[in-house]
Amino acid sequence: MQEGSNVNRRRLIGGAAAVAVGQVGLAGLLFPERSMAVNYDLKQTAPDTGAIRSFHFSAPEAELTELRRRINATRWPEKETVSDESQGAPLATLQELARYWGTDYDWRKIEAQLNALPQFITKIDGLDIHFIHVRSKHERALPLIVTHGWPGSIIEQLKIINLLTNPTAHGGSASDAFDLVIPSLPGYGFSEKPKTAGWGPDRAARAWVVLMKRLGYVRFVAQGGDLGAGVCTLMAKQSPPELLAIHTNFPGAIPPDIAKALQSGDSPPTNLSADERRAYDQLSILFAKRRAYAQMMGTRPQTLYGLADSPVGLAAWMLDHGDGYGQPAAPVTSAVFGRTINGHRAGDLTRDDVLDDITLYWLTNTAVSAARFYWESHVNLYNATDVSIPAAVSVFPGENYQAPRSWVERAYHKLIYYNELDEGGHYAAWEQPRLFSEEVRAGFRSLRI
Amino acid sequence: MDTTETLEAVEQVRRSVGATANDAVHPFRVNFSDAELAELRRRISSTRWPDRETVTDQSQGPQLATLQKLARYWVTEYDWRKVEARLNALPNFVTMIDGLNIHFIHVRSSHENALPLIVTHGWPGSIIEQLKIIDPLTNPTAHGGSAADAFHLVIPSIPGYGFSTKPTTTGWGPERIARAWAGLMKRLGYTKFVAQGGDWGAIITDVMGAQGHPELLGIHSNMPGIFPPDIDKAALTGGPSPSGLSADEKVAYEQLVLEYAKGIGYGYQMGLRPQALYGIADSPVGIAGYFLDHDAQSLALISRAFDGRSEGLSRDDVLDNVTLTWLTNSFTSGARLYWEAFESKVSFFGVKGVSVPVAVSVFPDELYQAPRSWAERAYPKLIYYNKLEKGGHFAAWEQPKLFTEELRASFRSLRKSA
Repeated sequence: MQEGSNVNRRRLIGGAAAVAVGQVGLAGLLFPERSMAVNYDLKQTAPDTGAIRSFHFSAPEAELTELRRRINATRWPEKETVSDESQGAPLATLQELARYWGTDYDWRKIEAQLNALPQFITKIDGLDIHFIHVRSKHERALPLIVTHGWPGSIIEQLKIINLLTNPTAHGGSASDAFDLVIPSLPGYGFSEKPKTAGWGPDRAARAWVVLMKRLGYVRFVAQGGDLGAGVCTLMAKQSPPELLAIHTNFPGAIPPDIAKALQSGDSPPTNLSADERRAYDQLSILFAKRRAYAQMMGTRPQTLYGLADSPVGLAAWMLDHGDGYGQPAAPVTSAVFGRTINGHRAGDLTRDDVLDDITLYWLTNTAVSAARFYWESHVNLYNATDVSIPAAVSVFPGENYQAPRSWVERAYHKLIYYNELDEGGHYAAWEQPRLFSEEVRAGFRSLRI
Repeated sequence: MDTTETLEAVEQVRRSVGATANDAVHPFRVNFSDAELAELRRRISSTRWPDRETVTDQSQGPQLATLQKLARYWVTEYDWRKVEARLNALPNFVTMIDGLNIHFIHVRSSHENALPLIVTHGWPGSIIEQLKIIDPLTNPTAHGGSAADAFHLVIPSIPGYGFSTKPTTTGWGPERIARAWAGLMKRLGYTKFVAQGGDWGAIITDVMGAQGHPELLGIHSNMPGIFPPDIDKAALTGGPSPSGLSADEKVAYEQLVLEYAKGIGYGYQMGLRPQALYGIADSPVGIAGYFLDHDAQSLALISRAFDGRSEGLSRDDVLDNVTLTWLTNSFTSGARLYWEAFESKVSFFGVKGVSVPVAVSVFPDELYQAPRSWAERAYPKLIYYNKLEKGGHFAAWEQPKLFTEELRASFRSLRKSA
């Protein structure tokens, strides 16, 4: 029964895809690199007029077939020579993921979920920016822009949409409501890929302010983790008058003297408190062992041709992002295997979530354009920032490092909220959407009065 | 029989003759099947490309246009069978050392007093790097030299590279490889020999020179490990230039700072997470992209070759090496050498305590220009030091004539004791 309805739905979407292919001629001229993948509404492509076009995505069936073909034709390397994850994402993990991806995984499910949301495209600073925009029914909802990171996308934020925009249905009150904007970073997902240099976090931050104002928001707040935290923090430093405050689950808080000690690989300063020492030790491992991918993308993104050509290659590269528990991130590994690995639960993260994100990168061919955002980034996400507007910080235990309050207070001069949680890791909104939403509500509550 | 079958047959012979014959040396031939070559072409043709870089230079990596020219040539004109025939015209062997089948080329000179020499390739290289120097070194009288310049030449494939077996357990870092090389030379009957290398080959050769093998008379390096530990550490952390450096030391220091900060992201990736690079192993163009990006000068040189301005390396040279890696599926196993070196904390560019006589050639486009002052400190028995006017990181491959002359000159003084 369920199988039958799936087939019907596919047929329907297949029909829509056929229409999209019919438009490829013109779309191909405008957006040659993605003419096969994206169904733009061509009647509304006037450049930089501030127009907001609605957006739907329907991957042509041929692309999904080709993806499965490539997955199943993967040429594998030999198994790692160790019995742990110390050389990278283990062969068994990738083969387990590929087996499911190449057979039973169904992209159409997430595609339907995305297309059920209000999605838009608007041109800002010469670039088409994609975003989800969900208004709350509650009148006094606080406008919030949430930015994903790498190797993430809007897929990371889908679970928090209802929780944040419709709080009364999820244990909150009307006064907790947000109007939610979730953009795709330039070069990520359905946002356009920059063709010239200059699109780093700073420019994205400025674009986000334009976006919020274009949507009619004269006061708003911003949130981010990972690279999204970088964008969010830069917005705060730019301090546009419309931005009331930020919330981050990835604060840049390492004091300069600590950063220097970490860089030289020296032993830790002796005057650290217990939680500062814990953070120091976490950062030592992180900088010594877990940031090679960032250096590679930050210096030579264009060298990673294999990521554009190999689905499993893309999956491994994305999976190998670590967190405070391990590399690959422990909850991601648990999600891939569908059971708790090494004692770190997947939380709400599923194998499908992981593949939705990877498949989105594949279908939009954005591995290299996303990597390029690192090349464009001249901001250190970890070192103490200098934010003077109100800031709320949530520290999840599995984050790359657990920022101590003492450090956070020095970097965020108007710290309005600080909380350490008991569960959740680097992908907090994805792994623990409920806890995360409660943090965002609590983080901004004092601003609503 | 294709190459995979050949290696399996060698294993079978080894098993059938029992453990006592473990030091047997077996001839080896290369022969990949037409199906494997057709599949490679199919994969290249169906490459899915990323978008073009957002800059007009190489600052983001090898440019899309270069890789697309490479791919077009690879599919339409490139002929693997040519280099396969060249390889099979050479005496290739495999022998089991320390549990691994090691592949090597072994060419004996016709000159009686030839000096035995083992030359080790680097990354992203293979025995392909050394093919042009075989005849000049072993047959000097045909190449402007005298009989007294002759070498018996051994060119092994590093474990996990080309036709050598891929290690299935940890431990095959530079130290173990260096010991295996000494074992190989002795097995071939050489009681006195010299060694040479660039890139990983230089590191392995330095390590041999520090291990104190009585048979090793001296070494030659075109990427000498010369940085004093404090200088190396300062460069790694990106500090300002230490005080008291001479002009050429300052240049070398700044080259190293740039290398650590911007130049070897690929090295950190392979050193820390080789098993995250499935996409490189799964994509012929992925390997090519990664291999082309060793260093800025080499990338520029290779890019020019695909623009029709070949100097030193030809398009075929480059693709012979990439194709060998593809056909042997040895990208990941090759990358793992970095991981092994990181684990054992072997210094890439630093002093390694070499005690034997050392000769150094400094090519102008190498990662750094090793100053004589540091070479003298690193190698207490520096018997030769020369700065050349042409050539880069892949010296033997790019400038085989100059390189050969360097080796002849370097080892000349050692021949009396051989």
